[in-house]
Amino acid sequence: MAAIQMKNIVKTYGDGFPAVNDVSIDVDDGEFVILVGPSGCGKSTLLRMIVGLEDITSGDMLIGGERVNDKAPRERNLSMVFQNYALYPHLSVYENIAFPLRLSKSFSEEEIDAKVREASKTLELDEHLQRKPGNLSGGQRQRVAMGRAIVRDAQAFLFDEPLSNLDAKLRGQMRTEISRLQKRLGITTVYVTHDQTEAMTLGDRVAVLRRGILQQLAPPRELYEQPVNLFVAGFIGSPPMNFMPATVKGDKVELPFATVDLPEHVRDGRIPEDTLLIAGIRPEYFEDASVMDAGKAADGATFRATIDVVEWLGNEAFGYIPYEAPPEVEAQLEELARELDSEALRTQIIVALDSASRIRDGEEAELHVDSRRMHLFEPGSGDNLTLRTVADDERSAVA
Amino acid sequence: MKRARVNAGILIGAALLLIWCLLPIVWIASLSFKPVEETATGSPQFLPKTWTWDNFSSVFQNDDFQRALINSFGISIIATVLSVALATLCAYAIARLQFRGKRLVLTIALAIAMFPVVSLIGPLFDLWRTLGLFDTWPGLVIPYMSFTLPLAIWTLTAFFREIPWEMEQAAQVDGATSWQAFRKVIVPLAAPGVFTAAILTFFFAWNDFVFGISLTSTTNARPVPAQLAFFVGPDQFNPPVSTLAAAAVMVTIPVIIIVLLFQRKIVAGLTAGAVKG
Repeated sequence: MAAIQMKNIVKTYGDGFPAVNDVSIDVDDGEFVILVGPSGCGKSTLLRMIVGLEDITSGDMLIGGERVNDKAPRERNLSMVFQNYALYPHLSVYENIAFPLRLSKSFSEEEIDAKVREASKTLELDEHLQRKPGNLSGGQRQRVAMGRAIVRDAQAFLFDEPLSNLDAKLRGQMRTEISRLQKRLGITTVYVTHDQTEAMTLGDRVAVLRRGILQQLAPPRELYEQPVNLFVAGFIGSPPMNFMPATVKGDKVELPFATVDLPEHVRDGRIPEDTLLIAGIRPEYFEDASVMDAGKAADGATFRATIDVVEWLGNEAFGYIPYEAPPEVEAQLEELARELDSEALRTQIIVALDSASRIRDGEEAELHVDSRRMHLFEPGSGDNLTLRTVADDERSAVA
Repeated sequence: MKRARVNAGILIGAALLLIWCLLPIVWIASLSFKPVEETATGSPQFLPKTWTWDNFSSVFQNDDFQRALINSFGISIIATVLSVALATLCAYAIARLQFRGKRLVLTIALAIAMFPVVSLIGPLFDLWRTLGLFDTWPGLVIPYMSFTLPLAIWTLTAFFREIPWEMEQAAQVDGATSWQAFRKVIVPLAAPGVFTAAILTFFFAWNDFVFGISLTSTTNARPVPAQLAFFVGPDQFNPPVSTLAAAAVMVTIPVIIIVLLFQRKIVAGLTAGAVKG
């Protein structure tokens, strides 16, 4: 086991395109770090540079304090689970798991057998040991690939979108399984995914990448509550954060449908007044005013809006409110949607309602918005202007 | 009703095709069991009147034929092994590595494969005599290789391209050197391709007549198909048809055995299940 340090890692391809640009991430010993981002953001390239399948253009890669830039993959003692599992089809499950041990030549036949049996027991593969990968189901193949990774005392585990080929139900199970396994083995892990559920649930820390540049490296909760910019805010969360034009006037923020209070910690004039900003409010900060607790109503504002579609899911309901955005904001939002691999057909607000809500399609309803946790972004750079600083936290602690 | 008619049609068609293909072979087989006198008569019947093994035993006892058989096996096997080994390495490089002139190598290989054999015989004859390769095993192995290599390279390149690259990368991460990854993962996966290439190469060498007759002068290196041309019985004007037929049957047997042995290997899609789906 070892820590992995990436220092100013750059990967430039032949055409001069930087797939990974100046990324520095320290993965502590035993930590579970997720690399996440839309397709083409360089997350897989970064992982392949850690394992040594991709050359590093510049920067330093340290594993266990040792610089490994020029080392071949086999000298790095890392184990990796590939997206398509890359099992050896001509070998049985047993031999697949034993493969790395046989290559190392430092184990006797009995030791190999003991280690393979232990790994297969952990992953419940005992009854499949003599079968060929071709006869296994997707989930079983996935487990064999994990078995091959854990059988050896590697310095770290690397996962390259290991669950993306499984169906939704199995994915959920395997996700829990990976999390449990990693906690039990306590081994340093770097995990690449584009699935934000995996990113949020598995990682101790999550690194969000965009076009080869590291946007934010933080624990999932911080990423969700304190996104540093528009990109991270839009990427993390499902359904995504609502973005809308906003103008600050004094302590008030004018939104398309209501005027709300500015969050307390930024009422010191750090937000420019009378300029067009983008407000970000998560769907769950909205609520149907008729079913919510009276106590909560004080924090925020109520407004009336027509909800054109309601999706009732049992535990909650999503309502959609279309609105017209000014062209400056719309262009920015469209670009953001493109980068997040989604298609913004119209500007709309998604609100998460209590499942007790009786609002129907096309009805005008009274909604409440909790503006304390609203974010304001600068439209040009996308920076979050309402980010809490250490000073803010101290002040609110005193108050 | 209609279905039965379609089935009957298929059966008849298949039967016709089989008769068309197998008739000459059956005719040769039948000839090989006839005594010499029967073949010399004006209008021989299809099946032998009296069955005999004499032709086979006389062919086998013929020293020249024995020599030729050894030559044929030796030369074909050497050419096959060398050609497949070289083609495997070459195809792997073409499938995996990026280098200048990759397309050129493939194009030239294809051009060589298409080159008419007969046009090379004359120059080769002169060249081999000067170099002392005339009437030797290497003198036949080299031309066989040069004609089978391109074919083997093309076949194997296609096979290697189908093997997912992750397979090899996984092996490297698991601690294999490039050579170990190639030997323990890639070669076993390419085995059906290697067998296909080997069989094609072997058949080319085994069946060749033109090189065999032109580049040899004695039983030193003369392969069986060429040797057959030198079978003359006691009477020059009555070729020993039945003996020739027996020799031809014997030459065909290894080919049939090889096809039966390896067809499973070729068909077996070993890569099934390597990656998902």
